[in-house]
Amino acid sequence: MTETTAFQTGLPNQAAGVVPAIRATQVHKAFGSLHVLKGIDLTVMPGTVTVILGPSGSGKSTFLRLVNQLETLTGGSIEVNGELIGYKHVDKNGQDMLQTLNDKEIAAQRSRLGMVFQRFNLFPHMTALENVMEAPVHVKRMPKKEAHDLAVAELERVGLGDRLDYYPAQLSGGQQQRVAIARALAMKPEIMLFDEPTSALDPELVGEVLSVMRSLAKDGMTMVCVTHEIGFAREVADQVVFMDGGVVVEKGGPEIIEHPTEPRFKDFLQHVL
Amino acid sequence: MAKKEIDGEGLDIPNRIKALPVKRPGPIVAAVIVALLAAMLIQGMITNPRLEWAIVWKYLFNENVLEGIRYTLELTVISMVVAIILSVILAIMRKSINPVLRGVSWFFIWFFRGTPVYTQLIFWGLFSVLIPKLSLGVPFTSIEFWSIDSSVVVTAFNAAWIGLALNEAAYLSEIVRAGLEAVDPGQTEAAEALGMNRSLIMRRIVLPQAMRIIIPPTGNETIGMLKTTSLVTAVPFTLELQFATNAIANRIYKPIPLLLVACFWYLLITSILMVIQSRLEKHFGKGFDARAMGTRGKQPPLPGKTEGEPKDDVNKLNEAAFTGMTA
Repeated sequence: MTETTAFQTGLPNQAAGVVPAIRATQVHKAFGSLHVLKGIDLTVMPGTVTVILGPSGSGKSTFLRLVNQLETLTGGSIEVNGELIGYKHVDKNGQDMLQTLNDKEIAAQRSRLGMVFQRFNLFPHMTALENVMEAPVHVKRMPKKEAHDLAVAELERVGLGDRLDYYPAQLSGGQQQRVAIARALAMKPEIMLFDEPTSALDPELVGEVLSVMRSLAKDGMTMVCVTHEIGFAREVADQVVFMDGGVVVEKGGPEIIEHPTEPRFKDFLQHVL
Repeated sequence: MAKKEIDGEGLDIPNRIKALPVKRPGPIVAAVIVALLAAMLIQGMITNPRLEWAIVWKYLFNENVLEGIRYTLELTVISMVVAIILSVILAIMRKSINPVLRGVSWFFIWFFRGTPVYTQLIFWGLFSVLIPKLSLGVPFTSIEFWSIDSSVVVTAFNAAWIGLALNEAAYLSEIVRAGLEAVDPGQTEAAEALGMNRSLIMRRIVLPQAMRIIIPPTGNETIGMLKTTSLVTAVPFTLELQFATNAIANRIYKPIPLLLVACFWYLLITSILMVIQSRLEKHFGKGFDARAMGTRGKQPPLPGKTEGEPKDDVNKLNEAAFTGMTA
């Protein structure tokens, strides 16, 4: 069913045989009695940019956090590169059961995804360089010298080659967010998740972060981006998803921003544009 | 730390204000009174013959006193090191998802914080009476692989540091827990998203940031411990500084000068500990004081100076970090 959905939206790379980077099937999430996500179906093809729009409280951030296993699924399934996340199928007395993955297996799955947070979440006790080196050295066990060169390269890529020895508190918000992007990129993720990356920034700092994201998209990175930047969605997105009240209300190519069909999406666009 | 720096020095400000300071007679009067009282106190200390400074001087470097200092320091260091390690374990257990670990940690803190350290020290002194033999075997059976007399293991010195360490661990673990909880949960999420496992996150991300909050009260506890070691006479362990000076005082019937000897040494050690504490605070505060040195010890240029980046946001952050450190 999700295959056909992907086909209908007319995504590139949707040719038969290409495994979706992310495939969410009937995803449900509840916090206590609060039903946040009510059956999300979403397919992200490799090398494409998906922008998720929606009012606050619509569950879009929760969806991203589920993909990266910062929250656990209540129902449905998410596959990353064709592999089920969080669980594996086991045979128990001839019955097919789901077995929760252990910390190590989850960490391995996570290492394929890079995540950028609204509030940057840089490690304040480390310099920009140390922030970017941290995971390659301690998770991938990369030699320090190699990790150093990699970190310098990633920081130069986001335009911060001259800020290597700065602590986060010495950087502007936009610079901090770019360090956070470099930190995620240093783990060589196959997919990048952005959770409202510009929402905590002063307006004049938004541009520098978006331009880094734009160049990432140009390099063919698979990206899922929760944002309020309609302009960015229009320009960069291959797929636009509008969520409201825990369901996908409308999805399609970037042209749906100009020609929304659902009244709720129309209404939302009128308020943000 | 008041800086006597003139704002905008060297800048061309044509209408610079040169005004007389506000008139405040109160502080001057107060300063005179306090200085006078202090001078009287010092004069009294020097001239009071009953303080017997000659005897203080004579016993200041007495070998029993020096040995007492050695034992006091040993007890302080050993029990603090053991207590710190134990307290981190207790604090992590306290936050565990496993109810058994949580319960044990809670009980430990409840018991050791809820009874006087003096009582606990007497108990440790009686340990070999209560449990004469320590053995290694299968629990709840009589199978034994190895055993040893308690009195060999729990000597007076060992009983002293064990007693002090367990008591201290209970207090410290609450300090550590407060420190761990003060670290932004976003830090753990960011680290998880990078594929770091739980022990790595604790060691590399959470603990180093918690240290900034943990160090000042721990320094306080260490200074407290230095003086609490004088209670180990309860074990009884009789070689530390307070007991040593007291023993001399009783022998020569001169309690006052020997108390001064003890005070002198305790103050000296406390002063050294304070220096160590401020060094540690500086180390773990790096990155939080926005003007901190770069990794390779060089001062990075001030933000906003080299590029056309907007700078007010940075300055705001700097200011916040600075007031946070000094408050």
